[in-house]
Amino acid sequence: MAVLVKEGTLVVVHGITGREGSFHTRQCLDYGTKVVAGVTPGKGGSQVEGVPVFDTVGQAVRETGANTSLIFVPAPFAADSILEAAEEGIELIVCITEGIPVRDMVRVKAALRGSGSRLIGPNCPGVISPAKAKVGIMPGPIHRPGAVGVISRSGTLTYEVVDQLSRKGFGQSTCVGIGGDPIVGSSFVDVLGLFAQDPETHLVVLIGEIGGTAEEEASQLVRSGFPKPVVAFIAGQSAPPGKRMGHAGAIISGGKGTAAEKIQALQAAGIPVARTPDGVAELVERALG
Amino acid sequence: MKIHEYQAKEILRRYGIKTPMGGLATSPDEAVALAQRLGGAGWVVKAQIHAGGRGKAGGIRRAQSLEDVAKEALSLLGSRLVTPQTGPEGRKVSRLLVEEQVDIEAELYAGVVVDRAAGRGVLLASASGGMEIEALAHERPEMICREWLEPWGELPEFRARRACFRLGIPQAFRPKVEKVFKALCRVFHQEDCTLAEINPLVVTKGGEALALDAKMNLDDNAAFRHPGWAELRDPDEEEPLEREAGLHGLNYVKLDGTIGCMVNGAGLAMATMDLIQEVGARPANFLDVGGGASEEAVAQAFRILMSDPNVRVVLINIFGGIMRGDVIARGILAAASRMEVRVPLVVRLAGTNASEGRVILGGSGLRMHVAETMREAAELAARLGRD
Repeated sequence: MAVLVKEGTLVVVHGITGREGSFHTRQCLDYGTKVVAGVTPGKGGSQVEGVPVFDTVGQAVRETGANTSLIFVPAPFAADSILEAAEEGIELIVCITEGIPVRDMVRVKAALRGSGSRLIGPNCPGVISPAKAKVGIMPGPIHRPGAVGVISRSGTLTYEVVDQLSRKGFGQSTCVGIGGDPIVGSSFVDVLGLFAQDPETHLVVLIGEIGGTAEEEASQLVRSGFPKPVVAFIAGQSAPPGKRMGHAGAIISGGKGTAAEKIQALQAAGIPVARTPDGVAELVERALG
Repeated sequence: MKIHEYQAKEILRRYGIKTPMGGLATSPDEAVALAQRLGGAGWVVKAQIHAGGRGKAGGIRRAQSLEDVAKEALSLLGSRLVTPQTGPEGRKVSRLLVEEQVDIEAELYAGVVVDRAAGRGVLLASASGGMEIEALAHERPEMICREWLEPWGELPEFRARRACFRLGIPQAFRPKVEKVFKALCRVFHQEDCTLAEINPLVVTKGGEALALDAKMNLDDNAAFRHPGWAELRDPDEEEPLEREAGLHGLNYVKLDGTIGCMVNGAGLAMATMDLIQEVGARPANFLDVGGGASEEAVAQAFRILMSDPNVRVVLINIFGGIMRGDVIARGILAAASRMEVRVPLVVRLAGTNASEGRVILGGSGLRMHVAETMREAAELAARLGRD
């Protein structure tokens, strides 16, 4: 089963002729992902890595049946690209682009409300269901198919945790990078809901960080009854207030959004929290053992 | 990006929000000339720094005569102002806002922020002006009224009205306060703010609604559509190393420890800092060299870390993914050999081809300690930092 990204996933890459777009198209194809189309306005009719390029998402959908967008479009134009995917009825939109203005994301959120599209990201590594498909920029070989669902606000930190899980024999059903921006398309709560209903997922790992209240909201959901064990790690215990730690959303503002608060909320919901990334695999072992 | 009060007020005025009459001064003479031009019987001299809490720290002075204006300006200019938000070293004052004094009838709070969970802008308003909104939200959340902005930045009339009725704004002032609420929401949206705040928003005895103080943070990601922002930047307010790192596309935040960190990815960088702290040492910085940890990025990162005199060890933690560990190792060696690295290096490589990478680093002949796990690396760095 897995969530979001499955055997039937047919990907259209937005910004396929760019450096990142073409590089990761190759990487996704090598992993076995069905990349069926690319879009770059004005480059329709050409090919990238053997994938046909179209001028608009609408053409790509009609010609190839693409149902999933993977967006590498530069930040000033990325919100527009998300809106185009949604208007053409793309079910899953994965936006890798970092640096989209908050104001543009407010517009995107409003447009997606009530639409049939789900957005993952922006500013995220994407989604992978090991051995099925990879729709993102994460390194494929560190993943193993299995029963652990992973949801994370970060990139390399997720790879670190996944690598340890794989080494200890805990494969993953799906790993979802929800993104490090203040406004993201899908929250911990949204993706937890998907994992709750996925029979292949037996446990969920949450990887959070300072800023916002997404971890607190996830805690509340788990507290009110979640059918599977959840374990967590929160980055940024040593982060100073008022400073943005790389990710646009990773900032303690007005004393809110600290790691300590989040850890407390998670623990109060009965979620064990690892002190370090290498402690996550141990918690998984204990929960599943 | 933060901007000064006087700059925020300029923006507010462009949107029809009134502020006290005033201007910018960088010397006592300018301050006096300005006060003279403003006229009246009293003035306020306000230190312009990018930090709140100025009032209690003595950064806002009242003057009843031109001599007082000169005296206060002289004592503020060049001084270092320490507020709860500046840290113990404080901020140097080099600009003053000199304003007319106004007679206050009532003080309110008005601010617009992004509600991250809802994904929309929200107006926060309170009848307790002057108080810090965070403290108020914590102690008396029922005193804050919240109203949503439309996705295109508008605050509909009825929400502006509803906010005023909830706050108990007297009928006589209500239209003016409503107008400020609506205009502030427009400012927030059109100027790409992450925060637009008027605190206090005062109603004068004459019945005017005035922004007595203003604070604005701008969304750096939107700089591409605001060519004027370059002029709003005040380099004196930025940590020089952070500014330099930014010019090279690196994310760097200076901290006060001794273990310099170089990590690929923001989340992993934070986790590395946390681990350093857990093993009893303190990180000197946050530094994200980007997912691929290219040779160029690593070289620039070395240069920045070596400019921090507190750094006694450098810990490099790289998770090689699509960029293989052996390629990253060669990049680190090339970058290190271009620099004068005066402190011991601890390198931890993980991920694809990590063991090949570790062999390359171990055989380099440089003063480089190779660790296999994050914890091992942090402990080693902490020990080397103590020696």
